[in-house]
Amino acid sequence: MLKYILSKVFQSLLLAFGVLVLAFLMVRMTGDPTSLMVSRNATAEERAAFREAMGFNRPVLVQFVDWIRKSLSGDFGNSLHFKEPALDLVLQRLPATLILALTGLGMAILIGIPLGFLSGLKAGGIIDAVGRLIALMGQSIPNFWLGLILILIFAQKLGWFPVFGFDEPKAVVLPGFVLSLPVMGELLRLTRSAVLETRSEDFVRTAYSKGLRRRTIYIDHILLNVLIPLVSVIGVEFGYMLGGSIYIETVFSWPGMGQLVGQALGWRDYPLVQAIVVFTSIVVLTLNLVTDILYAILDPRIRHAR
Amino acid sequence: MMNYLLEVEELVTKFYTVDGVIHAVNGLHFKLKEGETLAIVGESGSGKSVAMMSLLSLLPTPPAKIEHGAAYFTRKNGRRVNLIQQKYHELNDIRGGEVGFIFQDPVTSLNPILPIGKQISESLIRHLGLSTREAYEKSIELLDRVGIGDPKLRYRYYPFQLSGGMRQRVMIAIAVACNPSLVIADEPTTALDVTIQAQIVDLFKKLREDLKMATIWISHDLGLVATLADRVLVMYAGQVVETAKVDDLYERPMHPYTIGLLGAVPGMGMERSKRLVSIEGAPPDLMIPIHHCPFTWRCSRVEKRCWETRPPLIELGGEHEVACFLYE
Amino acid sequence: MQDKLITSKADTLLEVQYTWWDKMSRLGRLLWRDRIAIVGILIFLSVVVAAVFAPILTPYKPLEQNLYASKLPPAWVAGGMWEHPFGTDNLGRDMFTRIVYGARVSLGVSFFGALIAAFIGVLLGSIAAYAGGKLDEVIMAPINLVLSLPYLLFVVFIASVLGRSLINVILIFGVTNAPIFARVTRGEVLRIRQSPYVESAICAGAGWARILIIHILPNLVGPLVTLMSFQISAMIFYEAGLGFIGLSVPPTVPSWGNMLAEGRRYLTSYPWLTTFPGLAIMYTSLGMNLLGDWIRDVSDPRIRRARR
Repeated sequence: MLKYILSKVFQSLLLAFGVLVLAFLMVRMTGDPTSLMVSRNATAEERAAFREAMGFNRPVLVQFVDWIRKSLSGDFGNSLHFKEPALDLVLQRLPATLILALTGLGMAILIGIPLGFLSGLKAGGIIDAVGRLIALMGQSIPNFWLGLILILIFAQKLGWFPVFGFDEPKAVVLPGFVLSLPVMGELLRLTRSAVLETRSEDFVRTAYSKGLRRRTIYIDHILLNVLIPLVSVIGVEFGYMLGGSIYIETVFSWPGMGQLVGQALGWRDYPLVQAIVVFTSIVVLTLNLVTDILYAILDPRIRHAR
Repeated sequence: MMNYLLEVEELVTKFYTVDGVIHAVNGLHFKLKEGETLAIVGESGSGKSVAMMSLLSLLPTPPAKIEHGAAYFTRKNGRRVNLIQQKYHELNDIRGGEVGFIFQDPVTSLNPILPIGKQISESLIRHLGLSTREAYEKSIELLDRVGIGDPKLRYRYYPFQLSGGMRQRVMIAIAVACNPSLVIADEPTTALDVTIQAQIVDLFKKLREDLKMATIWISHDLGLVATLADRVLVMYAGQVVETAKVDDLYERPMHPYTIGLLGAVPGMGMERSKRLVSIEGAPPDLMIPIHHCPFTWRCSRVEKRCWETRPPLIELGGEHEVACFLYE
Repeated sequence: MQDKLITSKADTLLEVQYTWWDKMSRLGRLLWRDRIAIVGILIFLSVVVAAVFAPILTPYKPLEQNLYASKLPPAWVAGGMWEHPFGTDNLGRDMFTRIVYGARVSLGVSFFGALIAAFIGVLLGSIAAYAGGKLDEVIMAPINLVLSLPYLLFVVFIASVLGRSLINVILIFGVTNAPIFARVTRGEVLRIRQSPYVESAICAGAGWARILIIHILPNLVGPLVTLMSFQISAMIFYEAGLGFIGLSVPPTVPSWGNMLAEGRRYLTSYPWLTTFPGLAIMYTSLGMNLLGDWIRDVSDPRIRRARR
């Protein structure tokens, strides 16, 4: 198991490096980053001054090494808009996004998995139909649009939940729910098909042949086999939520990293955008690593691998 | 008046698939006495496994459906129940508690994430009402009995940590854990090496003697069956074609299919020049219902009436029965 | 009935020689078993028809402004007119027309994006699987990188850098979604190549081209078509998202995403500006998902066995 974990850690480090490379390249995709970041009315002198100040006139390789060096120490330069270190701004916004993503994940897990499990067990029944409907809806409704609709309903008609900002804990309910829907649908569907597949496995047949009670079979044999691979999926989905928060945070004016990215793009504040993208990616990579390790611990086949 | 442990009558099982209906078992018929070992022999697809799994409702329904038939089982408390018509709860007491099942593939038939010891204890706790501690002790005992060394250590092992032979021993331990009156073994040695096969068979014989269990042993290996069985039942295309005491069958095979089968087995001491006789043709498509003898296409002694109706099981005396018009 | 060829069997399920008619009727039976898939197909077809025949189906042009008729609600609400069944936007453009024309953008972008992604992905995936070794690692490294990152953030980043244009959006979707096709293809090719069936074919001397065409490609069709339908559905979402934050096709082009962005300002006052584009997206996505579900159920033998 140790070998497995170490190799995963190593892979993650490589991926993190890859992220830095990507972020570096993306700003230079259309050539000189200067034209991306200065306003359209800038004069040639202003552009030259900007280029000089940002170091874009140096050889690419030098810029690259510099970028890597600085990134590793957390220096992503200053935000063009706020004139403060980009990373600090990102970290300020981190808690709000985390809370939102965690709430969304929690809802998705608590509703999606049990429903998916029941759906798989009683395939063809009412619960299955309801479950599959939720899954289908979750994956067919554009969630940020649903957010808009919900804002319409709750702002105009019912005043149960606040629709803007993060002034009270209740505010997390609507955005969290909307964020969770696609993942809920996905988890439901995956759990359901995992249950269906596991049910037809030979060892479940053996369990029936032993005359065990239904409950024992469902829990000890089916559920555990289904949950273990789900762990990795949950990690991936959480990463997806962190990325998808752009739209939800924008719609609900949620003061998190997603909203900041949306604004930064509007301001063409690419150093800030880079910082957010790199930071979020690192968080996602770390999450994936953690779930991989968790998976290694839970699955006895990997735990005891020779 | 001999009381039979298991009496199966007219068992018909079909599979309803998208592509059509598969008539897997077309009228199975046999009686089993206490402590007797019956071997069910036939090629792949003859319906042997399906039939046995039908008895204990181990087939996924849908697509499977037991259309017809009865299986009267005499329980330890003396009651005689029809397995086919049992509700889940009653059947569940019988499964594992009074009838054990050994599956063919030990790799997939064990839960990969549960320690093997626990997979044995489960059964003990469920049927014998033992406490966790007691079940643990008994499991260790069982592991030892089936020849797994250092059972205390191995209790915690996971299936993937064991070799094929050892996994099958675990399956046997699970099957006999609660001292069943009947054990159904579905080709338990097919997936193993020949040397391991012999060990497993020996183990089984010993257990059978100690625990006085009746056995139904499914196989396509005629040589193996000869050493193990009291009686043999030959299946073809989901139907019984012949059944006899083991010596009888080997010395005086009556059904053309049985004769062909025995002729196709290479034996030690065979003359080199003698060719292996294989039966020409292939088994029929089970999706097409057959209302005559299923062997007609390949039979060297086929007559007109073989194509018209199904031959009944004809008694030849001494528990030897054949389903063939030749013997009417 | 002896007219079906009987071949030797390996298990209870026999392999019978199927005629073309048999295959079609089997497809029909599978469809009937999952009747809801028919709904998916109908929805899909209706959207395609809308996209292709947009000019014929709509009474107005999507950019045609009519300031006298601006901000009209849908026809069934008080103040609406049946000349503008879905109402009009702030510039008097007919919503129904814009929705129908929007189908062109959404379908066009997703379909071509998915096609490009599939082409690149299948190519890379098959090469990686076939070559193995170092080449495999080199190809899969960036692919695995892209797959482990928060997709949306990068798409948004790139879209912002490249600027708004139809081609850009298609290319971005095509390139950034190629990795998932590559990974699935590679997995399938590896699995098939290692199956005993193919190994014996290699032993019998079959050339790699023959193996590719006869053994590998037919087995790829199922998972790939499934993946494509889900990817198309996803790309419709992505386009909408990009449009929503103003990074999709230029504002003059009627796309559902752009309409959502425009409508947001008037969310509480003229809610239909946001409702209809969203419903259109949902409708299309539903169809693609239903279709994808059915294709997956039908082509994955494991799920088929375990159904119910």
